[in-house]
Amino acid sequence: MSTEWESVIGLEVHVQLATESKIFSDAPVAAGGDPNSRACGVDLGLPGVLPVLNESALGMAVTFGLAVDGKIARECRFDRKNYFYPDLPKGYQISQLAEPVVSGGNLDIDLGDGRSRRIHLTRAHLEEDAGKSVHDAYAGLSGIDLNRAGTPLLEVVSEPELKSPEEAAQYFRALHSLVRALGICDGNLNEGSMRCDANISIRPKGCEELGERTEIKNINSFRFVERALAFEIERQIGVVEAGGEVVRETRLYDAERDETRPMRGKETSEDYRYFPDPDLLPVVVTDAMLAEARARLPELPAAKRERYARDFALDDYACSRLTGDPDLARYFEAVTATGVEPRQAANWVLGEVSAALNRDERDAHDIPVPAEELGILIARIDEGVISGAAARTVLATLWQEGGDADAHIAASGLAQLNDDDELSRLAQEAVERNPNQAEQYRAGKTKLLGFFVGQVMQASQGKANPRQVNELLRELLTGA
Amino acid sequence: MAGDAFATLSELRTELAARRVGAVELAEACLDRIAAEAHLNAFVSTCPERALARAKAADRRIAKEGQTALVGLPFAHKDIFCVQGLPTTCASNMLANFVAPYDATVAARMDAAGAVLVGKTNMDEFAMGSSSQTGHLGSVRNPWDTGRVAGGSSGGSAAAVAAGLVPGATGTDTGGSIRQPAAFCGISGLKPTYGRVSRYGMIAFASSLDQGGPMARTAEDLRLLLACMEGRDPRDSTSAEVPPTARDAKPRPLRIGIPGEYWDALGTDMGTALDAARRAIEGLGHQLAAVSLPHTRAAVASYYVVSSAEASTNLSRYDGVRYGHRASAPKDLEDLYRRSRSEGFGDEVKRRILTGAYTLSVGYYDAYYQKAQRVRRLIRQDFLDAFASVDAILGPVTPTPAFEQGTMQADPTDMYRQDAFTVPASLAGLPALSVPCGQVEGLPVGMQLIGPHFAEDRLLALGEAWQRETDWHMLRPRESRAAPEAT
Repeated sequence: MSTEWESVIGLEVHVQLATESKIFSDAPVAAGGDPNSRACGVDLGLPGVLPVLNESALGMAVTFGLAVDGKIARECRFDRKNYFYPDLPKGYQISQLAEPVVSGGNLDIDLGDGRSRRIHLTRAHLEEDAGKSVHDAYAGLSGIDLNRAGTPLLEVVSEPELKSPEEAAQYFRALHSLVRALGICDGNLNEGSMRCDANISIRPKGCEELGERTEIKNINSFRFVERALAFEIERQIGVVEAGGEVVRETRLYDAERDETRPMRGKETSEDYRYFPDPDLLPVVVTDAMLAEARARLPELPAAKRERYARDFALDDYACSRLTGDPDLARYFEAVTATGVEPRQAANWVLGEVSAALNRDERDAHDIPVPAEELGILIARIDEGVISGAAARTVLATLWQEGGDADAHIAASGLAQLNDDDELSRLAQEAVERNPNQAEQYRAGKTKLLGFFVGQVMQASQGKANPRQVNELLRELLTGA
Repeated sequence: MAGDAFATLSELRTELAARRVGAVELAEACLDRIAAEAHLNAFVSTCPERALARAKAADRRIAKEGQTALVGLPFAHKDIFCVQGLPTTCASNMLANFVAPYDATVAARMDAAGAVLVGKTNMDEFAMGSSSQTGHLGSVRNPWDTGRVAGGSSGGSAAAVAAGLVPGATGTDTGGSIRQPAAFCGISGLKPTYGRVSRYGMIAFASSLDQGGPMARTAEDLRLLLACMEGRDPRDSTSAEVPPTARDAKPRPLRIGIPGEYWDALGTDMGTALDAARRAIEGLGHQLAAVSLPHTRAAVASYYVVSSAEASTNLSRYDGVRYGHRASAPKDLEDLYRRSRSEGFGDEVKRRILTGAYTLSVGYYDAYYQKAQRVRRLIRQDFLDAFASVDAILGPVTPTPAFEQGTMQADPTDMYRQDAFTVPASLAGLPALSVPCGQVEGLPVGMQLIGPHFAEDRLLALGEAWQRETDWHMLRPRESRAAPEAT
């Protein structure tokens, strides 16, 4: 009988902190720009320059530490990680090895069907990003763009507690929601604001000992984390079952071919010659800083999820979708605040609104329809002024043109037909025009009511109030 | 100098204020002297156009508001300070083509104080050395005897002041690089407390030890220069928030500590010269007391491990990619690194990089770097203990007077041992003053006054009192020796 395997996964996620300037210089942090236009002397590693810690990066790290209930180092320090690479201007990266700003902590991940699991964090530390090499722009030469050099990163390291690619993706999602809710990262995965390295090994189920691991570098989407790990698990099982051994190495996930490949040749153990950076004094986190960070802590996704389930009676899916994106949650709450029923508000936000956002590739902080207008639109459905279908058309108009909901309802002629006499006339016509179906209905085939409703809706161009039509038709068909 | 090339900064201030001399005249005189004494090899470069423009501006400023701060006073920067638009080479092939695109904080402050930069002085490559023989433009000559070294690494600044090329200069001191050349050349030099003077724009050798400071003929002039160099700099996290060098409130007389570990190590000639100085200090009314600095013996080893470790990574940025020397036609990235660095750095720099990288390696880190840091803490504690009972510590700067050019090359550690009396204060981050106090075989000898952290004023006041009573600092090198020897 073949061995049953289990996988052991740990993630290291680089969270780009949303500071205005870089972690050790006052050059701005911003995507784009001409190469090297957002790099100052410090970022270029000129002779004689010195790093000075950006306090707001430290503040964000402290905020994160509090949010995951980790231990905040009251005094931490920065180390130099020495290696040569063209996009690493100083020949070392300033990072934290021995004394990270956050140790421990945990993050709850959603396993679906209402279950969750607590994943422990090893640590979270501050470091600077490197620049990037540009290989295609100059014939035969490589360019170096140091705009990204010195961008503040918080590297969040999980314990190897994730048991499957799905759990790893959920962990990445939970972290994404958290840092967005904390306002310390823009969460823009396409622009590399969160990049994930995954450590993965397999072992026979029930075995205590860890197998040799590989590291998959630089994965930047939830889906790719899942697929890269799924591929890698299969690959490792294949290697071992064929009598081979997993080699410790760094691999790269190729999304187009959906496979992982070794990044470098056989890995020699690199010696980074870490030592405390003498240009930076130990950083002291004061009581005042802690108190301030604690006071500014927003409601966290887990607490928000609970509140949504409790106060709004939303299902698990709606709770986690809404709380996964703080901007979407804010919008949802603003719609609810207009007095509409929360579940209906959630349906619209997660349905029409999210679909339109996806279609337009917009972020939830950028919804063009004010929450108040969506609230009015939903209220008009309740009041019977407009049908659900018509409301979708009005929402599309609001999305494109702005303006207010009532005006669009009036102008579009989509207001619902509620007039009893007019509806009676239409119902009468429908029955008269379809005597066969009417007879069948009366003979007990009551399912045909829908057919008649459809006839009336068609005749009214969708504007007839379906509830009234239902009642009128039932009376007409049975009463006659 | 327009009259007396050996006038002090203070004297020149008076002359400028009285309009008996102008800043342009002074700058031109310096440039002439530098050219006339080119055989000393004290300068890496001069900047006549810049100097004359600044001197003219200084003259206008003096005409308008009188002479203040350093307005109109000519000086030189050690070629380790970045000055925007000027070559800044650290006396290295690596940076031979490097023109600084920004000002070091010290350079900006000296400019703001109105001082007129005339040029940049020679040094040991990247400040690594005690003899100013390792620079890419060759050795600095000691004005007292051109067959001897000027000391290092700020040997160019020391020789320039001693020979009357400039009345003052900046230096940097990592393990003695201001104090030792000052002593060898018979001038005054101050290594300030670590953190008093900003390191921003001062090309790094060993970050936890490097400290810029003034070099001049007198302690009074050092005070003048320091006042314009010092102060907290938001661009240097290690720079300290301290009140400017103020008058020390300590009542006189002072208690002066005499560390046996320094004095007992002296040879007869040096011992005799220093003993005379010690008695003279006592004659000024101060009380002498024996103190012990028990870990002195381990200081040189600790210093060379710590400073080389830091240097090995500080110098990683010189990779041929963005600036500095770049090997021609590299085959690949590895080749670019290897040849750019092999060609760009001299032997001593390579030695320190290799030593430093070794001591930081996995498996050696604890045995070398960590241990050296522990020793460093013990040395610091030695001083703190001593300062519980004394106000300052008096000792020699160097074990010998200036040694001959070309000696101490076979075993580099012979050279390292030259730093035995200067590295302890460096490791402890303490201020230390070097002033001339005698002669041995016609060569100047210096004494060192070490103070508690931020006690610069006390040291300078002691130096000023000393120089009111003695005239060692007034001695001038014999008239310029004729032809320079080939380098």
